[in-house]
Amino acid sequence: MCRLSAITSSEYFSPMENVLALNTMKEGHDGSGLGLVLRDLGGDFASLKQYPILSGICSNDGLELLDGFMSGEGFREVHFWQPDIDPAAPLPELGRRDHYFAKAYEYPQGMKNRPLAEKEELLLETRLALRELGEDEESIFVFSFYPDTVTLKEVGDPLELGQFFRLDNGSLEAKIILAQGRQNTNYDIYLYACHPFFLQGYCTMTNGENTAFVPIMEFLTGRGFPGYMGYNSDSEVFAHILHYTQRQLGYPLTYYKDVMTPLAEQEIDARKDAAALRLIRRSLRPLCIDGPNCVIGFTPDGTVFMLQDAKKLRPGIVGGVPGKYALMSEECGVDEAIPNRDKTEDFSPMKYDMAIIKPGATELVQWSQLTP
Amino acid sequence: MDPATILDQNHELSLKEFPYIVRWRDDRCTRCGRCTAVCPVNAIEAAPHVHRKVFSEGGSPTPKATREIVHVVRQVTDIERYCTGCGACTLVCPNEAIEPEFNSRNKFLTYKNVGGVPFRRGGRRNDPTPSTVDQLKFTRISMLTDPALDAGRHEFRIRTLLGRNLPPEALPLKRRGDRLVVGKTAVRPASSAIGANQSEPGFIPPVREIYPIRIGSMSIGALSPHMWEGLAMGVAYLNEVEGMPVVMCTGEGGMPPRLLKSRFAKYFILQIASGYFGWDEIIHAIPEMTEDPAAIEIKYGQGAKPGDGGLLMAYKVLKLIAQIRGVPEFVDLASPPTHQTKYSIEEAVAKMIQSMSMAWGFRVPVYPKISGTKTAMAVLNNLARNPYAGALCIDGEDGGTGAAYNVSMDKMGHPIASNIRDCYLDLVAQGKQNELPLIAAGGMGKTGNLAANAAAMIMLGASAVDMGKHIMQAAAWCFGDEYNRCNLCNTGRCPRGITTQDPKLYRRLDPDVVAERVVDVFKSADVELRKIFAPLGRSTELPIGMSDALGVADESIAERLKISYVC
Repeated sequence: MCRLSAITSSEYFSPMENVLALNTMKEGHDGSGLGLVLRDLGGDFASLKQYPILSGICSNDGLELLDGFMSGEGFREVHFWQPDIDPAAPLPELGRRDHYFAKAYEYPQGMKNRPLAEKEELLLETRLALRELGEDEESIFVFSFYPDTVTLKEVGDPLELGQFFRLDNGSLEAKIILAQGRQNTNYDIYLYACHPFFLQGYCTMTNGENTAFVPIMEFLTGRGFPGYMGYNSDSEVFAHILHYTQRQLGYPLTYYKDVMTPLAEQEIDARKDAAALRLIRRSLRPLCIDGPNCVIGFTPDGTVFMLQDAKKLRPGIVGGVPGKYALMSEECGVDEAIPNRDKTEDFSPMKYDMAIIKPGATELVQWSQLTP
Repeated sequence: MDPATILDQNHELSLKEFPYIVRWRDDRCTRCGRCTAVCPVNAIEAAPHVHRKVFSEGGSPTPKATREIVHVVRQVTDIERYCTGCGACTLVCPNEAIEPEFNSRNKFLTYKNVGGVPFRRGGRRNDPTPSTVDQLKFTRISMLTDPALDAGRHEFRIRTLLGRNLPPEALPLKRRGDRLVVGKTAVRPASSAIGANQSEPGFIPPVREIYPIRIGSMSIGALSPHMWEGLAMGVAYLNEVEGMPVVMCTGEGGMPPRLLKSRFAKYFILQIASGYFGWDEIIHAIPEMTEDPAAIEIKYGQGAKPGDGGLLMAYKVLKLIAQIRGVPEFVDLASPPTHQTKYSIEEAVAKMIQSMSMAWGFRVPVYPKISGTKTAMAVLNNLARNPYAGALCIDGEDGGTGAAYNVSMDKMGHPIASNIRDCYLDLVAQGKQNELPLIAAGGMGKTGNLAANAAAMIMLGASAVDMGKHIMQAAAWCFGDEYNRCNLCNTGRCPRGITTQDPKLYRRLDPDVVAERVVDVFKSADVELRKIFAPLGRSTELPIGMSDALGVADESIAERLKISYVC
């Protein structure tokens, strides 16, 4: 089973906090991998907020290929971050890769002053082209290409990987960090199957299987959006549903919950937005999930949330203080990340609930689908 | 000595040629005559046999011969009076002295086409082998990584949508604070991938939430009054007492005016077919209708007899039927094979859908029903571009009928499984699989596995399934099977009283009992559907297109349907 560890704070913090929290939940995961997405970056990237950052892994050949492609596309590298690898730490399970990288680029000529949507389109196209370039040979893995965002993924024990990458050395910090402690060991281990999944500012990680994966995937791929691809993990659709409902359809965040776990007809009647909700339920019927899933994610404005499927539920708890909240699979993870908090205020979302941490980690809102 | 003309039996058939041979036991028969009276085709008759007995009395042989006449029950060898195997004789026999036995080596079809008239019958395709749908299994069982649901404890919403769903991009929603409200135009312009099929802003097609198993089109006329009434009562009970939104289709010929104007009209799909029977009455009743019908089905084809029309024989057109259909009594009512006033797909489909929609103020879903065919996708794509089309119903080759040529039933048509799958995947490729519901018909429950067949079709991509023959078998215990048993629906002499207008026959059927059995069928199917969906881990919405749950032990079927091959 996956274990999830998300922290959002008004101050920059180290991803090692997430990893240590994951480590307290070790009985619940098999220590087979680590996926990290950092958003609202500090450390080396604090002054590079306007530049898109390409995160990934590549071989020596892959790096050459990648650099050639990027310069050919007109991207100029402004910063090259690599982890300061600890030679004394245990190696990742599949050995050390040639390059773990996060490269910040200047936009190509003519793109710098274009609207964000155009830039996002370019970044997505570029990432997909790089993915295609290196996928067969596995010479290039690119996880995200977006401003103010870094992604790091590797196979192995999360704590050992944290030490291996020296995640506590201050070069990599952020105000929102999502961490997940497992590769997709139900099937062949493959880096593109590792959560969290990130697309144009929207990100989710999930604990659980997704029984409705095929109909959801077929619906998303039919939307005509090039970023709805991959699906090496059945959990990737959760990130894309978030992207689709928020960015493409423009729905408020709470409708993400309404789409994935739709209310029954009589429950809809009690909502003020019943007419809209009924239409949404019909038109987005294939996006309904049946779980078991605990989903944690964030949106471009810095909101972080947690929700559950409507029946089977996976562990999930939110706790903290204004200014710092932890969204974890288990309470021990929250204890590790934010020990000094009022535990009576901790919140475990159930069937109808959504835990929403406002941007800047200012407050925890407990929203229910049954709210009129 | 008998003359040669009598001895010449060259022009008689032997019983071996017949599909059913009546086994009669002299020692058990009391000669009560019930079997010969009940036989709907007079295949058996009381007959005298002359028995010659030779006996001898006394110490030395003195043989004497006597002749005596005994009465027997004899099966006739007239091909027009062949035993259909219905077994009504067995049912009425007090001593188990008689039963028809299937003769697998019969040469019935070789001899039946007499008088230049090919064999006609009711029923469905005579092929007892399991259909493709029946071979599909549910192989994605939720286990430790994904606990199964509890069919008895969890909430299941086994419902589907009948009617067109707008693509999400075309929904007329606007944001008001942190809530969405319904506005007059879509929240954002449709993306390039979708949107081409958008109707004018503000039109939200009507959609009904219904139970995914429906009772398919069977008309008053084809069915006896008791049978139709039983079905209708069962459907009303399911809706109003059990809370299951089951709908049934009227078939061609309308429905009783009182029912049409009642609050129960919403449980019925009105069918319009090529004879337009009953529609003058329906149109005139619209101002007095208190509820909209569930939907309008435009019948272009029927799986059992593709490209063939219908015929309600004159002797079935009794007073009630004549009134409902708006025709004189006792005249043949022929429905042509196609809608005679239409000649192109644009006219036949688009205009008719629009006309019917307009009749109810665009408040009722309107959809066409076609027979399974290789060209289904051409129809599908026309409908996909038609914002008023509410669904597409495809009736596969295993569908039943009250009357058709045997050749149409046995040899014409398309299996439903690949037809639906192709259509669904075509819609997936266009991103429209949730917009236009597909309804699968033809052979659902053919071997009694109604829920499994329905679930398999849903996972192949159908939004709902129709059943006809199965509900007749399950609710009225129709004798018909795929060994050409009974199949007398076309003669008006249905021994169960299902497809007859003869009061002596349909009084055998108690409409209350039919209604009870209809309810039983749906409640049982509902439990079985939960027993299928729960282990697959699905409960909230119907698992339409969840093809990863399906497996089949036949590589070619697996490849064709794009599902797993399992063995």
